[in-house]
Amino acid sequence: MVKLAEWRGKEIFQKYGIPTPNGRVVRSAPEAGALLRNGGVPLPCVIKAQVLAGGRGKGGAVRFASAPEEAEAAASAILGLEFQGEKVRELLIEPKLALAKELYLSITLDRSRRLPVLIASSQGGVEIEAVAESALVRLPLHPFVGLVGYEKRKVVRALGLSGGPAKALDGLVDRLWAAFESEDAELVEINPLAVVGDGLVALDAKVIIEDDATFRHPQYAEIRDDRTPLEEIAREKGIAFVQLDGNIGVIANGAGLTMATLDVLAEFGGRPGIFLDLGGTDDPAKVTEAFLLMAKARPSAVFLNIFGGVTRCDTVAKGLVEAMKQVPPSERFPLVARIRGNNEAEGTAILREAGIPSVPDLKESVQAAVRAADGAAPGGGRP
Amino acid sequence: MTVLVDADTRVVVQGITGHQGTVHTRQMKLFGSNVVAGTTPGKGGSTVEGVPVFDSVEEAVDRTSANASCIFVPAPYARDAFIEAVDAGIRLAVIVTEHIPFHDMLSMYHYGRERGARIIGPNCPGIAAPGKSKVGIIPNVVFRPGRVGVVSRSGTLTYEIVSGLKEHGLGQSTCLGLGGDPVVGTSFVDALPLFEADPETDIVVLVGEIGGTAEEDAAEEIRRNFTKPVVAYVAGRSAPPGKRMGHAGAIIARGRGTAESKLSALKGAGAEIARFPYEIPDMVATRLARLGRR
Repeated sequence: MVKLAEWRGKEIFQKYGIPTPNGRVVRSAPEAGALLRNGGVPLPCVIKAQVLAGGRGKGGAVRFASAPEEAEAAASAILGLEFQGEKVRELLIEPKLALAKELYLSITLDRSRRLPVLIASSQGGVEIEAVAESALVRLPLHPFVGLVGYEKRKVVRALGLSGGPAKALDGLVDRLWAAFESEDAELVEINPLAVVGDGLVALDAKVIIEDDATFRHPQYAEIRDDRTPLEEIAREKGIAFVQLDGNIGVIANGAGLTMATLDVLAEFGGRPGIFLDLGGTDDPAKVTEAFLLMAKARPSAVFLNIFGGVTRCDTVAKGLVEAMKQVPPSERFPLVARIRGNNEAEGTAILREAGIPSVPDLKESVQAAVRAADGAAPGGGRP
Repeated sequence: MTVLVDADTRVVVQGITGHQGTVHTRQMKLFGSNVVAGTTPGKGGSTVEGVPVFDSVEEAVDRTSANASCIFVPAPYARDAFIEAVDAGIRLAVIVTEHIPFHDMLSMYHYGRERGARIIGPNCPGIAAPGKSKVGIIPNVVFRPGRVGVVSRSGTLTYEIVSGLKEHGLGQSTCLGLGGDPVVGTSFVDALPLFEADPETDIVVLVGEIGGTAEEDAAEEIRRNFTKPVVAYVAGRSAPPGKRMGHAGAIIARGRGTAESKLSALKGAGAEIARFPYEIPDMVATRLARLGRR
């Protein structure tokens, strides 16, 4: 999931011919002042924090200004604010437009129907989750067809449009559909879509690109979203890694088994803090890298739960033993292992030789991990 | 009869000359599957694990009467591979490949549907009917023949659960690993009627995870049309909201797809809920005993 900042989303909208305000991105207060003094963006203007977290408006990170000095002060107040741990580093400055109406328009995936769905509402500018279902129009779109005339007329009626804006909507939904399809988006959302004069303008842009499609769009692979630095390293190495506030590191293979392991840990009073999903691998070096990464996150204890399929137990055991040799003494942690499945006997033997017991029963192994974490010196948390 | 595969299933492996294709062709044959052909463009005329390799699926079907495909082709080419299989007359494709963009899956699903072709997957363990046939990558060691149906969105968690059933002497009729991607060819709702119609299945273990609404949809199907007992487990009760746990599908968004909503829907539909994987075998055994099947 590559979540794009508003300004990047608007770049995509522009590429597909969806009107947006003519804005510029700045990274400091003096840069904001200079931009406005040079007429780079006309006044009055709006200054918007470029963070992925919601709640910018309520959090004071969207402000208006009618003079360069005022804008500079607003910029300096917004830069450095934090939203769910995400610091504001970029601002989008745009001309303030006179809007007659705020609407909502998006296209995303309806998993149950296996169809893209267009969602429209005349109540834009608020969180769409808060809008009553009766005020929403949902149109499933066939991937081979896209939007046809009667569907567009339905959207126009739902949005209560006529005249120029109604005509503008006709082309705009086609362009939004083109962006959704051609950019391999999970979500293209315009909230609000504003009626400005005789036309429509996308005042905000929320675009999420699918990770798996970055082979078609290498430019998105470079964009960092809301990952921690260690999560970013893991991503580069093809390991699913999630960091939170507990103290037990969990290494498993497969999302389902990882989550089931967390459920059992939580039941026995464990606080899982770092989750690492090895996925399918038959390379011991990848297992070693995963463990070294885990060590960097400073867990109080690590619980390894592997069910060997594509990933064989002996591969994991070899990688693990190698990693334990490489982890510096200051980063060592107690380890509880459970390896089952393909080549279980070979893997268990390799671990036993290295002095690491494998506890085959899930409940018992989890209890051992919780005891190990409780007994360990308080480390854990984020580095 | 079993669900989707049986002794008459003739498998063509697309991408057979790749590492995974080769490894799992061998494993499928060891399981007892009838793997009749493989394909890799440009490698026609060779053999892998004693299986003849063809340049195209059309040729493979013409020469060997293959009627099911197991696809290991890398993600960027998986869409082409599936459409080639459908055009060659294949009506069951197990897609093991992971990281297929869902936009590709959308067109694959609808193309297949219009021609009566079913997809299992992508990013899935596949199908195994112990004693009969396996199309996919589920480890052979976990199975024994029996009367428990297993349908799951997970991979390794499925192996864990099937292995637990086996250790308790509970054999399986068919195990179906659907995959956890946002767009899957066959969902719980599509799979449940197959188990309902299967005379060899007495009870179904349904393994779900957080994210999406597949379990809620399954609950509705169970309530309306499913007459056999269901034991359900949903992984991820304690997973952090908004964080992705590996599967593209396993994400909680917009307050839907939470473990609570899934568990209450399944419970409301009459399914028995296992709180942990290790509770499943006893629950299954008890239900089977009540049915007089054990």
